[in-house]
Amino acid sequence: MFKKLLPYIGKYKKETILTPVMVAGEVLMEVLIPFLMAWIIDYGLNENPEEHFLLNMLKNMGVENPRVPFIAILGGCMILMALISLVFGALGGRYAAVSGCGFAANLREAEFRRVQAFSFANVDKFTTASLVTRMTTDIMFTRMTFTTFTRSLARSPLMLIGSAIMAFTINARLSLIFLIAVPVLAAVIFFISTHTHPLFLAMFKKYDKMNEGVQENLIGIRVVKAFVRGKHEMEHFELTSEDVMNAERRAQRLMVFMSPVMQLSMYACMIAIAYFGGNQIVAGEMTTGQLMGFISYINQILISLMMISMAFVTFMISRASMERIVEVLDEVPDISDENADESLTVRHGGIVFDHVDFSYFKDENNLHLENVSLMIQPGSTVGIIGGTGSSKSTLVNLIARLYDVTDGRVLVGGKDVRAYKLKTLREAVAMVLQKNTLFSGTIRENLRWGNENATDEEIEAACRAACAHEFVTSFPDGYDTDLSQGGVNLSGGQKQRLCIARALLKKPKILILDDSTSAVDVATDASIRAALAERRGEMTTIIIAQRITSVMDADQIIVLDDGKVSAVGKHEKLLETNDIYREVYEAQLKGREEGGEIHG
Amino acid sequence: MADNKNARMPKGPGGPKGPGPRGGGKPKNPLRIIGRLLTYLGPWKWLILLVVVLVLTSSLAGVFGTFQLKGIFNSLEPLIGAENPDFSGFLQSLATMAVIYVVGVLATYAYNRIMIHVSTGVMHRLRTDMFKNLQGLPLRYFDSRTHGETMSRFTNDTDTLREMISNGLPNFISSTTTVLGVFVMMCVLSWHLTLLVLLMLGIMFLVLKSVGGRSAKGFSECQKQIAVLMGNMEEMVDGQKVVKAFCREEKAIEGFCRANEDMRVASTFANTYANVLMPIMGNLAYAHYALTAMAGAMFFLFGWIGDIGTIAAFLQYTRNFSNPITQMSQQMNSVFAALAGAERIFELLDEEGEVDDGYVTLVNAREDENGALVECEERTGIWAWRHPHEDGSLTYTRLRGDVRFENVDFAYDPEKPVLRGISLYAEPGQKIAFVGSTGAGKTTITNLINRFYDVPDGKIRYDGININKIKKADLRRSLGMVLQDTHLFSGTVMDNIRYGRLSATDEECVAAARLAGADTFIRHLSDGYNTYLTGDGESLSQGQRQLLAIARAAVANPPVLILDEATSSIDTRTEALVERGMDSLMHGRTVFVIAHRLSTVRNSDAIMVLEKGEIIERGNHEELLSQKGKYYQLYAGMFELD
Repeated sequence: MFKKLLPYIGKYKKETILTPVMVAGEVLMEVLIPFLMAWIIDYGLNENPEEHFLLNMLKNMGVENPRVPFIAILGGCMILMALISLVFGALGGRYAAVSGCGFAANLREAEFRRVQAFSFANVDKFTTASLVTRMTTDIMFTRMTFTTFTRSLARSPLMLIGSAIMAFTINARLSLIFLIAVPVLAAVIFFISTHTHPLFLAMFKKYDKMNEGVQENLIGIRVVKAFVRGKHEMEHFELTSEDVMNAERRAQRLMVFMSPVMQLSMYACMIAIAYFGGNQIVAGEMTTGQLMGFISYINQILISLMMISMAFVTFMISRASMERIVEVLDEVPDISDENADESLTVRHGGIVFDHVDFSYFKDENNLHLENVSLMIQPGSTVGIIGGTGSSKSTLVNLIARLYDVTDGRVLVGGKDVRAYKLKTLREAVAMVLQKNTLFSGTIRENLRWGNENATDEEIEAACRAACAHEFVTSFPDGYDTDLSQGGVNLSGGQKQRLCIARALLKKPKILILDDSTSAVDVATDASIRAALAERRGEMTTIIIAQRITSVMDADQIIVLDDGKVSAVGKHEKLLETNDIYREVYEAQLKGREEGGEIHG
Repeated sequence: MADNKNARMPKGPGGPKGPGPRGGGKPKNPLRIIGRLLTYLGPWKWLILLVVVLVLTSSLAGVFGTFQLKGIFNSLEPLIGAENPDFSGFLQSLATMAVIYVVGVLATYAYNRIMIHVSTGVMHRLRTDMFKNLQGLPLRYFDSRTHGETMSRFTNDTDTLREMISNGLPNFISSTTTVLGVFVMMCVLSWHLTLLVLLMLGIMFLVLKSVGGRSAKGFSECQKQIAVLMGNMEEMVDGQKVVKAFCREEKAIEGFCRANEDMRVASTFANTYANVLMPIMGNLAYAHYALTAMAGAMFFLFGWIGDIGTIAAFLQYTRNFSNPITQMSQQMNSVFAALAGAERIFELLDEEGEVDDGYVTLVNAREDENGALVECEERTGIWAWRHPHEDGSLTYTRLRGDVRFENVDFAYDPEKPVLRGISLYAEPGQKIAFVGSTGAGKTTITNLINRFYDVPDGKIRYDGININKIKKADLRRSLGMVLQDTHLFSGTVMDNIRYGRLSATDEECVAAARLAGADTFIRHLSDGYNTYLTGDGESLSQGQRQLLAIARAAVANPPVLILDEATSSIDTRTEALVERGMDSLMHGRTVFVIAHRLSTVRNSDAIMVLEKGEIIERGNHEELLSQKGKYYQLYAGMFELD
């Protein structure tokens, strides 16, 4: 896992290495400063039988009251060292911030790039919400662990080792107490953190579930209100919230032992040392000062140990996050243009389906399209009609290679779609999807998705053709009207019309309208189609529709039924030969005769 | 002294928190919010009092225990070199120390444990209260905010707050008491040296203000950047089909990289200041220590301070003094963030709910021998409005489904009227259709009937009763709605259908599904009616979701139905099937239908053609056609292309 993540440190290598170096400098100073402190007390303030070299030096120089300059010099040194330590510490903090945040940014970018390369099958596997979490919260945890490792983990072992050495030099026999205390403590910490990990994971799951519930409630608030289910929802929420509370209590109950156990072991060490040390002092094997020093080193050791355990726990918790990131990075986009021919261009808008089988699950036994063979001439207009779930959208998705066929092949411009570079293919195919997505930005910016360099005249022309010009210009800011996320301030029909205009601007070889006028009234629908017919030229147009009037004048109408082609032909022929088509026609146009009566 | 404050383990899904807050921003009125938080802690006040006692016990135990150490060593002095040393005094002190320590450890465990109980309890209560209030809010509230905004109050804000309550509170108590106690001791020991302490405090405060302030500002900037970044990601991942269809991957990455770089810069800035704070404060404490030692020595030599012991003790206190201050400073940011979070939580709690001063309720009724309505408990199939009057009398009006609009004007935004002078009359059992282009106000009319939005008194009457007098819950219970945007909840297909009427049996749900024409596709799902749906039923097609929504309304079995584009995403063939079921569903009910597919509305009793918020034509299909107005044009529009 680390092997996969660490390369993303990238250009922040220098800072990553410098962070622990600076921290080491800081630790060095921190270990030395207490020495000076002890000297000030032992020699400067107390009468010490042993003479300090500096004090002797001052005496030899004939200074009258040598203790005053002694304290001043040592104090000055200490301040200087504190300042040095401060600089080290500050630089360490700075480098840690730079490297940590840089690492996070690199990781996030790598994830986003990978997601952009994903096919829909890949995205469907993760869901949008999960991908966003993986790029935000999970990255944040990873960054924290990274910073913890570069900062604390450089500090704690150094402190631990330094203090252990110092303690050992003071009294080796007394140090044996550590040999008992440390493993015991380590075992307890290990036990607690490994046992809480699954409890925390369980808690996170409950927590996710609760949040999901809130989100669903927010989205479906109209349904909740319409069915007067507020109370039901509250009861439900209270239960999930209680679940979270209990799960958290369970997890924390164990965690709460952490600090008392630390305290207990520290105090136990203290008492043991006081007892054995006291005996040694009485036996004259040790001085009081030495014992005091020894105790303070013990504190250092235990605190370092605790910091290490903290880093360990942080790591345990963020491990799940890191795994989730790696999962995204490792996901292989299942559509790529590796074997594509760079130079190949789409010559014309002819489309051939050659014995195509398709399944979203790549499962031969659960086919969404079965043995579809079709021939669509360049420049022709094709209508596709069929019931809900008859795989109309699926069929057209294969043309732009949004999914790959399970079996058989799809040809565009006489070549297998897999032979083209994805960019080349998709530039030749414009799709207006069932779900209309507009992005943040102005209307003009959204339309330019179709063509970066479209002039204002071209944009206007496209909008006129899509019957969008009128309502766009009715906004106070016209084409510069800002659309909030998802274009929520437009009605469904308006969004659809903008999406059509966007597709038209692409000047594609193939235009696919996937039920894209469903929210537009009949008259507008008709005028859009009339405008399209005018602009058509060499462009192949595929229209998926539920209104039979939208497709009945097409050159070719494909009737789909449950993933199979039921019939292909012109309106008149289908009316005669195809039951499904006739049924739809009659269901929709039974008013026609009556309308006719009024005419007559 | 065991530094248990450092032993803070990551708590909650927030997991390990950085040195800085995630909530960002400062609360406007911290004191008021703290006061309000305290009232929330009310039910646990005795436990919290206990916590205060335990925290004090724990820190005192630490101080006294260490203090005891000195006594132990002193008791050793006379024993040194003795022939037959008497250890009993030594052992006794040691035992005392052990007891003090054990008490301290137990206190630490107890208060941590209690705090977990209290903080999780408080969070549970806050969340439940928030959710409750949320349920009562008018739709306007939801219209004007993104879901993410409200969500973050449930997640981020409660997270930071819990963190503060469970860790911050005990730490704050122990830090404050330590600082105060030590300060008093210092003053007693030497006021000269205490002056130096005050000077240092001033410097530390300045550092805290500039560095800490910058990091707080940085973190709130971070918060903004992450919101931008998240918006960008959500949009691009959600709209991936379009991104791909238009080959905009590179552009998308470019835009993302810009936001990502901004985020990196902002977070580097914030984290730098947060990281730097600790070393600065820590080393200032060292410098202070040195200064105190130097000054103490001088004062001693000048004779201002009587003995060395005082200086040694003062130095010890200096260390005890700076530690909690550094710690408090470290937590300052998270405290502010938590308070800002609490402020946002209270904001949601304070949000005014839907006004509902309705007092007319819906009850089950039966007819007595005289044909008068009598209220009863059991489901009789007859519903009545129970109308209490000021003089204490009650009248019962049978629920028939008679809806009248009298000259209704409405606007979501006072500047932009949506409906103008709408008058209409739906007799019980009639099917009323609304036709018109998008934005004509069709959905708004139905939103007024069920009081999603309110209009002035007397404008809309239901069975002759001013709807503002009807309790919202009862009003809505009498109306079955199938909305334009269908929403499904996580749960089985059966659960989702049963949402219409919680007491419905499995058989009733299946019957409703059959009526809606949903039965066939449901049986084809992997687990049939027990198929678990997640994420708003994203595994189903739009048409299938609409069928489920219709089944849901069917199981509710309401006297009045509102179908807002209920069949727009169902193909005509399926619709024909659904319509058969719908016809039987609609039989004997008042139905409001919104559709732009004219075949759906042809057989209505009355068709209202709306344009720009006004009814421009009304009548049945034949009448409207013969008027040769807008409806005729719309209808004829279908033929133009024949």
